[in-house]
Amino acid sequence: MFKKILIANRGEIACRVMRTARRMGIATVAVYSEADADALHVREADEAVMIGPAAATESYLRADRIVEACKATGAEAVHPGYGFLSERPQFATALAESGIVFIGPGPAAIAAMGDKIESKKLAHAAGVSTVPGHLGIIADADKARDIARLIGYPVMIKASAGGGGKGMRIAHDDAELRDGFRAAAGEAKSSFGDDRIFLEKYIERPRHIEIQVLGDTHGNIVHLGERECSIQRRHQKVIEEAPSPFLDEATRAAMGAEAVALAKAVDYCSAGTVEFIVDRNKNFYFLEMNTRLQVEHPVTEMVAGLDLVEWMIRIAAGEKLGFAQADIRRRGWAIEARVYAEDPERGFLPAVGRLVRYRPPAGDGVRVDSGVYEGAEITLYYDPMIAKLAVGGGDRGMAIDRLKDALDGFFVSGLRHNIAFLSAIAGSERFRAGDLSTDFIAEEFPGGFAPPASFTAADRILLIAAAIADAATGTGAADRVVLLDGAPHRVSWREGAYTIDDGGDAVCAASDWRPGQNLLRLRLDGRTATVQIEALPARTFRLAHGGVVRRAQVLSPRAAELLLAMPAKKPADTSRLVLSPMPGLLTSIIVGEGQEVKAGEPLAIVEAMKMENVLRAERDGRVAKLCAHNGDSLTVDQVILEFE
Amino acid sequence: MNDILHRLEEKRAAARAGGGRRRIEAQHKRGKLTARERLEILLDPGSFEEWDMFVEHRSHDFGIDEQKIPGDGVVTGYGTINGRLVFVFSQDFTVFGGSLSEAHAEKICKVMDQAMNVGAPVIGLNDSGGARIQEGVASLAGYAEVFERNVLASGVIPQVSLIMGPCAGGAVYSPAMTDFIFMVKDSSYMFVTGPEVVKTVTHETVTQEELGGAVTHTTRSGVADLAFENDVEALLELRRFVDFLPSSNRAAAPPQQCRDPADRAEPSLDTLIPANPNKPYDMKELIEKIVDYGDFFEIQSNFARNILVGFARMAGTTIGIVANQPMVLAGCLDIDSARKAARFVRFCDCFNIPIVTFVDVPGFLPGTAQEYGGIIKHGAKLLFAFAEATVPKVTLITRKAYGGAYDVMSSKHLRGDVNYAWPSAEIAVMGPKGAVEIIFRADLGDAAAIEARTEEYREKFANPFVAASRGFIDDVIQPATTRQRLCRALAMLRDKRLANPWKKHDNIPL
Repeated sequence: MFKKILIANRGEIACRVMRTARRMGIATVAVYSEADADALHVREADEAVMIGPAAATESYLRADRIVEACKATGAEAVHPGYGFLSERPQFATALAESGIVFIGPGPAAIAAMGDKIESKKLAHAAGVSTVPGHLGIIADADKARDIARLIGYPVMIKASAGGGGKGMRIAHDDAELRDGFRAAAGEAKSSFGDDRIFLEKYIERPRHIEIQVLGDTHGNIVHLGERECSIQRRHQKVIEEAPSPFLDEATRAAMGAEAVALAKAVDYCSAGTVEFIVDRNKNFYFLEMNTRLQVEHPVTEMVAGLDLVEWMIRIAAGEKLGFAQADIRRRGWAIEARVYAEDPERGFLPAVGRLVRYRPPAGDGVRVDSGVYEGAEITLYYDPMIAKLAVGGGDRGMAIDRLKDALDGFFVSGLRHNIAFLSAIAGSERFRAGDLSTDFIAEEFPGGFAPPASFTAADRILLIAAAIADAATGTGAADRVVLLDGAPHRVSWREGAYTIDDGGDAVCAASDWRPGQNLLRLRLDGRTATVQIEALPARTFRLAHGGVVRRAQVLSPRAAELLLAMPAKKPADTSRLVLSPMPGLLTSIIVGEGQEVKAGEPLAIVEAMKMENVLRAERDGRVAKLCAHNGDSLTVDQVILEFE
Repeated sequence: MNDILHRLEEKRAAARAGGGRRRIEAQHKRGKLTARERLEILLDPGSFEEWDMFVEHRSHDFGIDEQKIPGDGVVTGYGTINGRLVFVFSQDFTVFGGSLSEAHAEKICKVMDQAMNVGAPVIGLNDSGGARIQEGVASLAGYAEVFERNVLASGVIPQVSLIMGPCAGGAVYSPAMTDFIFMVKDSSYMFVTGPEVVKTVTHETVTQEELGGAVTHTTRSGVADLAFENDVEALLELRRFVDFLPSSNRAAAPPQQCRDPADRAEPSLDTLIPANPNKPYDMKELIEKIVDYGDFFEIQSNFARNILVGFARMAGTTIGIVANQPMVLAGCLDIDSARKAARFVRFCDCFNIPIVTFVDVPGFLPGTAQEYGGIIKHGAKLLFAFAEATVPKVTLITRKAYGGAYDVMSSKHLRGDVNYAWPSAEIAVMGPKGAVEIIFRADLGDAAAIEARTEEYREKFANPFVAASRGFIDDVIQPATTRQRLCRALAMLRDKRLANPWKKHDNIPL
């Protein structure tokens, strides 16, 4: 076994690999960029080597510096994590040339699976079901049209080198195909420097289900069952689970067998994932193979009861798999939710900033994989994932309940995040019913994520929490009116029980919350509920529970009566103002004071997360005043300029 | 007897009706509560004791004697806020436009006098069209009587003004001399001369809101301390505010039972200061993480935002906080921030409120605007205020403490009781780069030499140890332990006694 390994990654996955290495008695070496000097993976490693500036291309993607770091520290092997260099055959080769072991598959397998077209041909040859389509490079849009008609619409236009949803288009007819082909080729050219395009049949309302495989260097390959990752947003997985609520044993076995067959075809010798899309009739089609550890691997670990990183290391050290396919048992259910720094209420714009508060949940069946700590910074240089929350339970219902509780108890402040959004998904009827597809988010949240317009069960909890919080900070009045997002609700307290004027029963409720705490744990009628709470001025609390986030202002009945009797103020007219949609750097104001602009003309450019966002005029008008300057750091909703 | 009781009830009803239903409806339409409704929210339920309900004006000119409304446009008395005694006057815009008559002024003076005698705060809810013109000089005399009492009460009992309607002309000077002014957005304004006069004299066109609204006074002029969305929120926040204050200069603010552990560690503060010394961070995070329950009542939060001032509690005891804010203008001192903080420090000193100062100051803001504006005298106000203050003074330098600004910010040399620094503190005459360019002017052409010298200077001075070796810093503390260390320092200082030499009064550079 290795004495020391280097982890060529950052964030949660680096920390996660180190955890296993430490348990195995292997010393760990972290590498880090200048931006990550205080990062958790650096703190947790036995040694750490700085490998360059913040930009990944200058640090985490520099194979040469990582090889140097191995030599300098005496690391015998490298775990690449996911992303960065994990699927670059040249990296595995470079390590091998220096006598360092790559904890992953061989370079040939990586290369074979790295090209979307080639991998499909290979899969087809190995007897794996593939999506009907044209596995060849398509010269132009006309050729594409002919092929599309042959396969039958709708079709998916894909870039051969694509990934992360870039260079992908769906076309339902010839016209869409012509536009989509150009757009996909253009995007692929600019994103990957490779504009090769192929076509395949578009599977409507598909599920994304993938098979975890594990092979050793002695020719043994097993599969560890599936993960369903259908809850995606713009092709980014958001919630994953194992097993899939959709598969029957026969389909599971068939998919497993095909995945193993594909892995065998490339002499696969590590942990890998064969991704399929599955249609409504349980027909499954090979999508691609990821030749690395997946982000969502914890759910497989939880139901299979083994440590994938441990086996990757053992296999890399030459050990044989300690079990055969027949030994693998599935226990219970596991679900993972990815906590991202992003703003679900503003089109999921990425967020950056300091984790002023970071309090992950704990409890039975709860696992949190994270690369941050309270007071750490989420920078614009890397992936905005804050943590992975994985929960396990005896069955799917229990796992969902635990996920909901764990999300309610996951408190993050200082930047925008998607925890309430994840709660809303976990709490939805459709999710509980297991009626998933990759269109789930688009269909369930068509207008984006917003507080529910109607009064929900979660709102009852929020009202009681508001009354209890007010009792802990204010007077012991028996009757209160809580304005929940402005809507009044009378909450009365009699002998330990709260009554809400919605006609529901009185609820016995108590909490040992004290001011300043961010979680208010309610005991109500024999069950518990956790409410996130932040105090705001004027006896107002920001409350969140079950994916519902509201402002609750607690008033005496008289104060509420007076407040509600007053004429509502008209919200300030912001239509004349151009506001910054996100925190960022104002890189350029394109217009000047007094200038006439037409609707759609660019006004200013705000840079956030390395992305340039062009702000355009929504209507014709004349610029009255510039309120910000080039180089200013903008906050959300900061006024950039005013129209007349 | 029954007849008298009947008459009493009739009179009370007449007083409660104020200016009548029509005027009350008009008041509500403007988004304003009536004088009595406001007191209902401000005071604990059932605690209000009203005085002078039957007072009427005594003027006879211009037919005003035909019209008498008991109470004469102001509701006065005392009550409690969370159980603590306060005196109040609440002007009634529905009665003669809330205008101030001689009798109206007398009612206000009466509560002020009694408040002085018993040592309790006076809260004024201002909603008045101005002087009762029909009364002429008698009305002006009434204002002056109030002014004189404002001045005599200053520093003896806290005085708070909540502007909830018009407050124009001479009327502004009573609130101006109170300790704090709160305003309600869109329905209150304060100015010495209104938009019509401004137009006539200077030809400027300006709305009431722009000239003297809540936003103007809390962002541009700094005349008011806080602006609120509506009457109810303003009154609720005023209740919360009064909780922090002592009742008079004879008593400390009542300590509250504190369930927030005094030794609570905050590991995340160890990473508050960014590695890059020029990168800002939010000083408010430090404050909110170390005070009881994270409850910080900020004053003047939208004016001179490069300095933070406000009240909080540590281990249950009210403290005043002054802190440079690196997020705004790098936290430097300028005219507005010096004025803002100086007034706050003097309030705390008047009322025995310990002052905790957080320092990250790169110096004074340079420029002609500042020099022509008199930064010398305004900066001196803050220096003077800290220097004369005899209350417990605890200071923590988090990062930069450069030049004269270091001296100003409650340094050891100004009788600072406990002066701490974080390991990230840099206490020096100026930043390394500037210092080297002066000391080694001859090497200016030689980039390498300058860089080496800069590094040498940084090594020598960009740390807390030089100051600590002189005893100017009592200890260098781990950021995570800040709450515990400050709570201990404040507990040690609880019975501090220090007196300045006898004088009639000092001569602060106004």
